[in-house]
Amino acid sequence: MSLGGTTGSAVIEFHLDARSGVSPYLQIIQQVRQALRLGLLSEGDQLPTVKDVVARLAINPNTVLKAYRELEYEGLVAARAGVGTFVTKTLADGSLAAHGPLRAGLQRWISSARQAGLDDDSIEALFATTFRAAIKEEVT
Amino acid sequence: MTVVLETRGLGKRYRRRWALSDCTLAIPAGHVVGLVGPNGAGKTTLLNLAVGLLAPTEGSVEILGGTPASSASQLAKVGFVAQDTPTYAGLTVADHLKLGAHMNPGWDAEVAEARISRLGLDPAQKAGKLSGGQRAQLALTLAIAKRPEVLVLDEPIASLDPLARREFLQTLMEVTAEQELSVVMSSHLVSDLERICDYLIVLVASRVRVSGDVDTLLASHYQLTGPRRDPESLPADWDVISASHTDRQTTLLVRSESPIAEPGMTVDRIGLEDLVLAYMSQATKPARTARHAVEAQR
Amino acid sequence: MIWLSWRQFRTQALVAACVLVVLAVVLLISGLSLAHLYATSGLPGCRSRNDCPVKLMDFTAQLGGAYRAVFELTLALTYVAPALMGAFWGAPLVAREFETGTFRLAWTQSVSRNRWLLVKTGLTGLAAILVAGLMSLMLSWWFSPVLKAAQFAPSRGSLSINRLDPLLFGVNGIAPVGYAAFAFALGLTAGVLIRRVIPAMAVTLAGFAFAELAWLNWVRPHLIAPVRTNSPLDASTIQGLTIGNGNLMTIIPGSKPNAWILSDQAVTSAGHPFSAPATHACLDGSMQACGASLGPLHIRQLLVYQPASRYWPLQSYETAIFLVVAIALGFLCLARISRRRLA
Repeated sequence: MSLGGTTGSAVIEFHLDARSGVSPYLQIIQQVRQALRLGLLSEGDQLPTVKDVVARLAINPNTVLKAYRELEYEGLVAARAGVGTFVTKTLADGSLAAHGPLRAGLQRWISSARQAGLDDDSIEALFATTFRAAIKEEVT
Repeated sequence: MTVVLETRGLGKRYRRRWALSDCTLAIPAGHVVGLVGPNGAGKTTLLNLAVGLLAPTEGSVEILGGTPASSASQLAKVGFVAQDTPTYAGLTVADHLKLGAHMNPGWDAEVAEARISRLGLDPAQKAGKLSGGQRAQLALTLAIAKRPEVLVLDEPIASLDPLARREFLQTLMEVTAEQELSVVMSSHLVSDLERICDYLIVLVASRVRVSGDVDTLLASHYQLTGPRRDPESLPADWDVISASHTDRQTTLLVRSESPIAEPGMTVDRIGLEDLVLAYMSQATKPARTARHAVEAQR
Repeated sequence: MIWLSWRQFRTQALVAACVLVVLAVVLLISGLSLAHLYATSGLPGCRSRNDCPVKLMDFTAQLGGAYRAVFELTLALTYVAPALMGAFWGAPLVAREFETGTFRLAWTQSVSRNRWLLVKTGLTGLAAILVAGLMSLMLSWWFSPVLKAAQFAPSRGSLSINRLDPLLFGVNGIAPVGYAAFAFALGLTAGVLIRRVIPAMAVTLAGFAFAELAWLNWVRPHLIAPVRTNSPLDASTIQGLTIGNGNLMTIIPGSKPNAWILSDQAVTSAGHPFSAPATHACLDGSMQACGASLGPLHIRQLLVYQPASRYWPLQSYETAIFLVVAIALGFLCLARISRRRLA
């Protein structure tokens, strides 16, 4: 996900992983949800226009429209005719706040890792590899 | 739902060879339609019939509800980019825009000029000196700026490098979103179309093998793998598109409106490219028994 | 559509314009000098002074060298121009669009195919006609002193030049306009049918040359039924008499009107070509005696010709026919490229 302002309106840009096996429609939805969770998108922010998305990604406009409609159905965004699609609800406070204990546990783990002598990059790498391995185990 | 392109039993014959046979389609508007098939399958013939550059030998074709090229107003509604994107080599980019302006009452000069400057094309450059990608973009600009309702493109990116290809598709999609166009584009590569198409037509050896909404097609095809099966032992009501057998294993592609389950066989979804390839290889197989849905060769 | 037709025709038009300008300058300089020559030749008033033959000889003696060169060059150009325009302007008009595939661009704009063809051929065809017409006009102007001088030539002899002369007829008056239209239409049709530029050009040139020669030999002489006269041979004006094998005599008559002579024979009273044993007087007598000896033989002169007065009728018929054929070819092309017929 990259931060970027286009003409001052859209806050985020989408990217497409053609090899991930996940359809573009789902990828867009996931990326919006992720942005909302991380607080990159907040209430009132405008999603990139359909035109801008397809001009960058070279995908079918209907795909983007479907994704935005699904997000609207989930109550996360709302389309304003002639203007664009805007965020109506943010997931940041909600979901992240509800996981206070998890956040505290994570903070403790990070301090332990620092005390063990790991630098920031190593901490991130350790977390990433462990996370991926765990996902693989869950699938099989 | 309006129909952008409708054909009924459309056929085209050159001397003794049928380039297109018994083609019946009803393509809804508002989609990006991919017309895919191997070289020589009849894609160019179908598209040329759709824009009125050819006349049918049998059957009929209607685009936007009217006979192709029947009048100036009908011509104005259809934007066409031919194979190899022909342009006048001796005319400059600016000349081509003037050509568009003089020959199209609906010409939008602002759109045309905005595109040309965004593409970085030099208006004084002769079209013959442009690269393949630039010529394709020029041809696309000409087709777009006349503000058509449908864009028909005959293998526009076949001979372009990957970057030019991507830029062309970006432009195409942006315009499609902006002007709410219907698009019919042909290619012999599925990968070109996978990103942008939501409606698919597979054309092989002058006949339509399968056509429909991409999501519906993908949802209604199942790949089954299991121990080696005698073809006769398969359920009679299965529409088997392709089957391959090894000593021990049978792999089938089955089309079905409702989900399929068969004991002892694993059911999987299939990707668009594999689906198209399965239909394309159908043509090379000899005519099969009536149990399998097949179109007998005339 | 007019803009596009002009834009595609621009270079060819410029080339033609340059050639015309150069030709005009050359003809102007030479023509003024020729007119001056005539004015000072003494011919205008020679009848009253009775010295026409001498003055005519003086005049024609000066027509060699530069004048002859200019004449022959312009004549050649004016004859060749329609064929070249047909091949270079008419043939590629549609054939190039087919060859390069640009017809797929041109015929999917918002202009109907018929309008596209009509405007393109209209503009270029009119240009071709204009060029041919101008060349004919310029040559006529340059040549007029010579024609005026020819009026003073005696009716017998070979000095008689008139506008019906096959060499001059095709580059004078309005005939070149008909040729240009026909050559252009021929080129257009060749291009539409053959769809390749070079073969179409070759076919146009060959076809035009054949049509012109065929017309000249077989059609024009009979466009209007020629005048036939059968009159007693005037022995004092015969042009020549030859005695061949077996002392057989053949006579070339001399008294001819100022016209396009199609056939001029000495015939017997029964109408057969005259050929008889030489008279004694013609074998070894004087010219006068020989001539006198022919009288009793009742030789007649059979003359078939188109009189000079028929110049404009012949021009009109010829041009009209060529124009009609050109228009017919145009309709053929229109039908051929219409949606229904395109293969």
